[in-house]
Amino acid sequence: MNNREIILGRIREALKIAAPHPALHDGTGTTTPLPASPQKWLPPVGGTLEEQIELFRRNAEDLKAEFRECTSANEAGQYLKKLALAGGWKKIGRHSGELTDPVARELGLPEVRTDGGYAVNDLESCDAGLTECEALVAQTGSVLVSAPSAGGRALSVLPPHHVVLARRNQMVPDLTAALQRVQEKFKDKFPSFLSFISGPSRTGDIERILVLGAHGPKKLTILLLP
Amino acid sequence: MNAHARTFNEAARQQTADLRQRAWIQTALSGYYAKRDEFKNRFQSWPAARDTAAAIKWEAVNHLDRYLDEFASRLEARGTSVFWAPDAQAARDYIVGVAREHQVRSIIKSKSMTAEEIHLNDALEQAGFEVVESDLGEYIVQLRHEPPYHLVFPAMHLTRQQISNLFHDRLGSAPTDNPEDLTMIARRVMRRKYCEADMGISGANFAIAETGMISITENEGNARLTTSLPKVHVAIVGIEKVLPRLSDLALFLPMLATAGAGQPITCYNTLYGGPRQPGEPDGPEEFHVVLLDNRRTELLADAEQREALHCIRCGACLNVCPIFKNVGGHSYGTTYQGPIGSVITPHLRGLQDWKHLSQASSLCGACTETCPVKINLHHHLLHNRRNAVRERPARFEKLIQTAFVFVMRRPRLYEWIGRFGRILQPLQRLVRGTLLDPLRAWTKTRSFPPVAEKSFRELWRERKKP
Repeated sequence: MNNREIILGRIREALKIAAPHPALHDGTGTTTPLPASPQKWLPPVGGTLEEQIELFRRNAEDLKAEFRECTSANEAGQYLKKLALAGGWKKIGRHSGELTDPVARELGLPEVRTDGGYAVNDLESCDAGLTECEALVAQTGSVLVSAPSAGGRALSVLPPHHVVLARRNQMVPDLTAALQRVQEKFKDKFPSFLSFISGPSRTGDIERILVLGAHGPKKLTILLLP
Repeated sequence: MNAHARTFNEAARQQTADLRQRAWIQTALSGYYAKRDEFKNRFQSWPAARDTAAAIKWEAVNHLDRYLDEFASRLEARGTSVFWAPDAQAARDYIVGVAREHQVRSIIKSKSMTAEEIHLNDALEQAGFEVVESDLGEYIVQLRHEPPYHLVFPAMHLTRQQISNLFHDRLGSAPTDNPEDLTMIARRVMRRKYCEADMGISGANFAIAETGMISITENEGNARLTTSLPKVHVAIVGIEKVLPRLSDLALFLPMLATAGAGQPITCYNTLYGGPRQPGEPDGPEEFHVVLLDNRRTELLADAEQREALHCIRCGACLNVCPIFKNVGGHSYGTTYQGPIGSVITPHLRGLQDWKHLSQASSLCGACTETCPVKINLHHHLLHNRRNAVRERPARFEKLIQTAFVFVMRRPRLYEWIGRFGRILQPLQRLVRGTLLDPLRAWTKTRSFPPVAEKSFRELWRERKKP
């Protein structure tokens, strides 16, 4: 018998005696049927796209992320030029994509592309990482990235400034909708990596005082394109 | 009293006398309380969310065989090696084996309580591998050669001065009392480690059966770097971490963050479903998932206490526990501190050795009230007490109880004992709290109420007199 069978055998043996249902143990609850979506218990989200963009903006601000609406890739590139100047960027990391290509062209800095592999030290020395995403989540102010939409795993976490380019139709109301979107998109062919990014990297491990830029990016900028 | 209980009593006695440390823990937690409440109130219904979370974990744990099998099969289908570890030794051997096979030089590790539970770092170091903890708090306690103080906040007991001194001694950094500077010192050290390490070890917060993925919750980005750059990634996962569906995360991610850290959501919630897939630019060549039993199935077999396996390790019960706040995290001498640790440690490491933790409770129920998955924690402490006595009757206590019942059923005798006490109490006062005092266990830290001048029965008789 292999380990898998040993452990599954122990579990089956253990489960022969039924456990009391959780909603009954303290005598106050009644059995709650599992809702298909937990949304009705979670923080509320408006129904229209404008309301959702507004909520995302507020949440992003609370999370110390920068959120900005741009009317074109050109405008986004121009804005990044300002950030580059202020931040003294010399080199950026990015992947190829229909949003990253025109914006990076406008920005015009030397770049490390992660498509098809890269040297870790090259990426580590970049001043910013430019990626796309799968979805923006209004309820939490999160950006959902995946390996294909964010140039792999490291591009969105290794450089000290992460810039996300997203389209308005990528805004979703809540986590349920975001997960549903990737499930419908990838079916059984999921990428090996998916991540909800909510603000720049942070820690409170020293005296519970918030410090941004613990190991990941110190800054997160989200640019919303049409 | 066994050695573990003696150590606990001694450590608890020292910690409770350390008023500075106790005040420090209160201060460290005060911001958490405010934030936790703020974000709970943003939920449309936190109580209903708890009911739902409890029901989902119940479903997962009570059909664990099915969901684990599904989880493992889906991971394997996409090139992940799944190792089923019946005990800690098997898990350690496997992970050391993976490190040897790849002849790794340095290992970077992100926070994992399950790895603490099996003392993984010790095993790897004994086998000659360097392991660096990448979570800031874990790194600090690793440098101090200490276990984590708290499930979620490993270094919450330390002040910035202590951390500055530690970094100065161990890393040669300039002293500073700025938390940001201290964080940046660790960041610089760790950056080199991420780029050099050839193996990354992580834990997991959830295991998603439906899609065969692990979910890791963190704020710093250290787990993401640990799992992105090294060529081998090993995740160690307790078998109870399973959730049936991917969509369950929509509830559990915000609840874990709110209950655990007083955040609406943590900074990074990442799903890993395999090693680097064709067409992906990076990620490990190999992904190993170690599913750890280590006596969890014994807890599972106890239908009454099975729900203790619903725990998502948020640490909320520690934060509200009057015992934890006074005795501190290290006094427990366990991997899992606080109420949940006192409930599960007797199952994982032996009831008779760890039953004293179930006595170290005021049974106030603050833990049960705060638990996001509604584990009936303080009742399980009572269950542990009962089970411990059933297994090994406390004869002396039984004798006292029998004597008590004997006296209480005989009003005349009770009255005489009362009178006797009235005479003896002034004598006891002379030796109060000293070794001669028969009531010392009580009186060394508390006062003993005086026996009334007259008993109720005496007063009754007097007033009935015409």
